Amino acid sequence: MSLRTFRRKVVNVVMLTLTGVCAVFTVSILFFILGYLVYNGGKSLNWAFFTQLPAPVGEAGGGMANAIVGSAKLLLLAAMVGVPVGLLGGLYLAEFGGRAVPFVVRYMADLLNGVPSIVIGIFAYAVIVLRARHFSTWAGGLALGFMMAPIVLRSTEEFLRAVPRTMREGAMALGASKWRMISSVVIPAASRGIVTAILLALARVAGETAPLLFTAFGNRFWSPGWMQPTASLPVMIYTYAVGPYEDWHQQAWAAGLVLLGLVLVTNVAVRLIVSRGMSAQRP
Amino acid sequence: MATAHTTVDSAGFSRVRGWLRRRRSGDEIARLLTLLFALSVVLFTLLLVQRLWDESGQARQAFGWTFLVSRVWDPVAGQFGALPFIYGTLLTSLLGLIVAVPLGLGAAIFLAELAPRRISDGLTFLIDLLAAVPSVIYGLLGVFVVVPLMRTVIQPALKQTLGFLPLFQGPAYGIGFLTGGLVLAVMIVPFIISVSREVLLAVPVDQREAALALGATRWEATWKAVMPYARAGLLGSVFLALARALGETMAVTMVIGNNPNISASLFAPGYSIAAVLANEFSEATGDLYLSALIELALVLFVLTFILNGLARLLIALTAKRGSGMAHV
Repeated sequence: MSLRTFRRKVVNVVMLTLTGVCAVFTVSILFFILGYLVYNGGKSLNWAFFTQLPAPVGEAGGGMANAIVGSAKLLLLAAMVGVPVGLLGGLYLAEFGGRAVPFVVRYMADLLNGVPSIVIGIFAYAVIVLRARHFSTWAGGLALGFMMAPIVLRSTEEFLRAVPRTMREGAMALGASKWRMISSVVIPAASRGIVTAILLALARVAGETAPLLFTAFGNRFWSPGWMQPTASLPVMIYTYAVGPYEDWHQQAWAAGLVLLGLVLVTNVAVRLIVSRGMSAQRP
Repeated sequence: MATAHTTVDSAGFSRVRGWLRRRRSGDEIARLLTLLFALSVVLFTLLLVQRLWDESGQARQAFGWTFLVSRVWDPVAGQFGALPFIYGTLLTSLLGLIVAVPLGLGAAIFLAELAPRRISDGLTFLIDLLAAVPSVIYGLLGVFVVVPLMRTVIQPALKQTLGFLPLFQGPAYGIGFLTGGLVLAVMIVPFIISVSREVLLAVPVDQREAALALGATRWEATWKAVMPYARAGLLGSVFLALARALGETMAVTMVIGNNPNISASLFAPGYSIAAVLANEFSEATGDLYLSALIELALVLFVLTFILNGLARLLIALTAKRGSGMAHV
């Protein structure tokens, strides 16, 4: 074996090993994050966390019940905006669209998807909070809905397009109108994909903090109705983590564990369902 | 289903026509309704641009283009300049890319070219999970893990070895540009990996086989035949990650130090556009202050808009040239 060949072989082995190291290192970050949160959050996670209001500053104990409920309310609002817009918009792109309109809509959806979340927050502030002159659950939910709509729209379109042509033609051949074909053949066939896409989009916006900072703001107490500012898990984590009290830090870890747990469990469950149902689909 | 196939008398005929029309108008309603929702996305986006432009009017009039190059940020005196924030945003994103690009491309090569299908799928699954971790969680770990580590271990070590460079001078606070960049790197790596992997998988097999048949090693085939072919798409994945890094808010806000400052030292505390928005927006007093902050948001929007557009163009180019399966 000449020296040159030997060198090439060594480079080959070294570089290929390095790529493997890169992959393993990246994946190990996930396990580090998980492990660290389980260790730190587990210590301070207790029943009170889920049932009590935050303790007054300086007192130990307390929980984040209001933030958990607040997050749920925000997600409900986000879904009420994001799901209809994304679902029906995606339906248009996949089934009715010509050439020009879908191109523009797709382009704008991708653009909206790439807008930094903090800018979405400022938009919601300018449109709602500035007019109403106060922070509200409503404004926060709408901001999250704006973020959710383009994600749901694009994935709905993809899942609808993945429905085989033969199924459409079968329905058409039986004399079904286009709408009938879509509602009783295409949508049921794509429904599993669409539901998972909605869940993934919800999991994504559930962890968003930046759009809530000046829309839903925060609240140390229960937030009645939809017009009051409300606490939410991500904003609580932020406030407590940068706060000066050791007890707050403990609570932040616990909240982090709950949030990460919810997001990851949703992701794992949804991706498993999708990969079992159909392959070659991008969620 | 032929409805009127025996006698085509006029009554039966009009019944069929009426049925057809109703059927078609039902389709028409569905079409219009879905079109309305599809267009609402366009409306959101246009409204977003319009609001940002309108609300920043006062600051744009007061400072003009000097807003972008002025270094003074003094809300009390009513002086607003964006340069320290633009500098901090670009610097932290650049630092993030320096770490994340080699790491991400390396991992993508491993997943697309080397690993057996099942291992590759499993690892990709985990990397997608990493991408799903909320930004504030990265911030939490940044504050309590990365910052102390930087202060006690990494920054002193860098000072000792590379301290002669202006980049690594000054007191080691733990927070600062370098920490922000590192946290960003971890956050954008999953995006680089998953997009690059798809781009690499879209490269035709012939490309590899030709190189291997000429006696290239596995690495040479990847480096000299596959990577050049996928160049545009890989660059697109980097741009996509960069756009994400520029707009990343919470994690950076928590570790960058929040000090409007332009400094050659990477250890110095700085500020980014997204971070100043997160910190000062809800406390801004006065219309000019608010307007200046919204103009910062506009700057950030334009930056990410351009980068995203470029990225999608580049990825679309490779996808078209390849087998067309990389639908990103």
